[in-house]
Amino acid sequence: MIKVKNLHKYFGELEVLRGIDQHIKKGEVVVVIGPSGSGKSTFLRCLNLLEDVTKGDIYVDDELITDRKADVNKIRQKMGMVFQQFNLFPHLTIMENITLAPTLLKKMNKEQAKKRAMELLNRVGLADKAEAYPAQLSGGQKQRVAIARALAMDPEVMLFDEPTSALDPEMVGEVLDVMKELAESGMTMVIVTHEMGFAREVATRVLFIDQGVVQEEGTPQEIFEHAQNERTREFLGKVL
Amino acid sequence: MNAWFAEVAATFTKCFIKDDRWQLLLSGIGVTIKVSLLAVIIGIIIGFLIALCNLSKKKPLKIIGGVYTDVIRGTPSVTQLMIIYFVIFATVNLDKWIIAAIAFGVNSGAYVSEIIRAGILSIDKGQTEAGRSLGLSASQTMVRIIAPQAIKNIFPALCNEFIVLIKETAIVGYVGLMDIQKAGDFIKSATYEAFMPLIGTAIIYYVLIKILTLLLSIVEKKLRKSDVR
Repeated sequence: MIKVKNLHKYFGELEVLRGIDQHIKKGEVVVVIGPSGSGKSTFLRCLNLLEDVTKGDIYVDDELITDRKADVNKIRQKMGMVFQQFNLFPHLTIMENITLAPTLLKKMNKEQAKKRAMELLNRVGLADKAEAYPAQLSGGQKQRVAIARALAMDPEVMLFDEPTSALDPEMVGEVLDVMKELAESGMTMVIVTHEMGFAREVATRVLFIDQGVVQEEGTPQEIFEHAQNERTREFLGKVL
Repeated sequence: MNAWFAEVAATFTKCFIKDDRWQLLLSGIGVTIKVSLLAVIIGIIIGFLIALCNLSKKKPLKIIGGVYTDVIRGTPSVTQLMIIYFVIFATVNLDKWIIAAIAFGVNSGAYVSEIIRAGILSIDKGQTEAGRSLGLSASQTMVRIIAPQAIKNIFPALCNEFIVLIKETAIVGYVGLMDIQKAGDFIKSATYEAFMPLIGTAIIYYVLIKILTLLLSIVEKKLRKSDVR
């Protein structure tokens, strides 16, 4: 579904990603862990071209998206993204937040979009907030709306960039529950997170990224219990 | 006291009633409003385009935006008005007031562009990223997500710019238009009275701007609708 070949990313002189090769298959839940500054968020943001790639190729459904001529907007419609800071549109109601993209991009008419939005709000448990504005919601509620908003475009893959890092501790659970349910429904997901318990429980594969390369990857069991790499063990020793 | 009142009344009559001089001021108000309104519209359009140039990543556009703002801010508006009227539009057959409005619009555009640029930059980068990640194009993101939020932030500064612009139009007399200021000036010359026509002019401007300020504050309240907490 997503193939990454020899991905390099520079910020000025600084080389943040130093050659990443990955193949993310349909239905996989890939959790990316690693110390801050390791390049894991940059890796995720390269996948839907929020960062332009310095060198290397990314294929989505066998289409080379790092090609200059690729239709970036079309490709992004296939990839939902959830941000650390939620990034809901504060001037729109929850309903409008969710229906904006599907109606604007002519995926559905207003009626269909509204119906779909209500389904999604039910799914994340916020049907009663449809007419509220984002400022009236708690952090956890905002993030659940953000997930619903991304799902409204019926993406083939969902990217999560530290979705619970900006939340108060008591709200982390409600967001993780939604994500867990999403994983169980068969959605392909790439998740950058510091929630190791969640990674262990939900991931089909864990990537440990440090210093701009994938140092080690494997099933949660392989990574969390039998890490081979010295760095992985050191990192896990600090966070677990 | 009575004598003083009688004198003021006499001067008032001489300046505003005699020879229907109030009509001069009335048509002057019309000219000021016409020129200001069109200039504001032109100013916003130019300002938005120049702001986009300044924010663009493309070098040539950046240069255009930079030079425009630099030149307009670096020269007096009277000079700009006269250059546009007597040089650029010298051979063009357009109504005087339209040419004047273009001149003020061109001038205002430079200031408006800086206001708009600051407004756009004040919106968190995450908003653009969220819009783009949903598959919206850059222009869709600008129109549907960034601009509506930026307008709220820049509205007070924009109102201020409109008010400055209205007062700035008091120089259109330089190109032979009879606005409020010129009408007051005309009455002053015709009657050899300075106090009454000039104070009258000041009061008219003040009232016009007061009305505008009140209207704009109503609009601002409407804009703040989604700020509920």
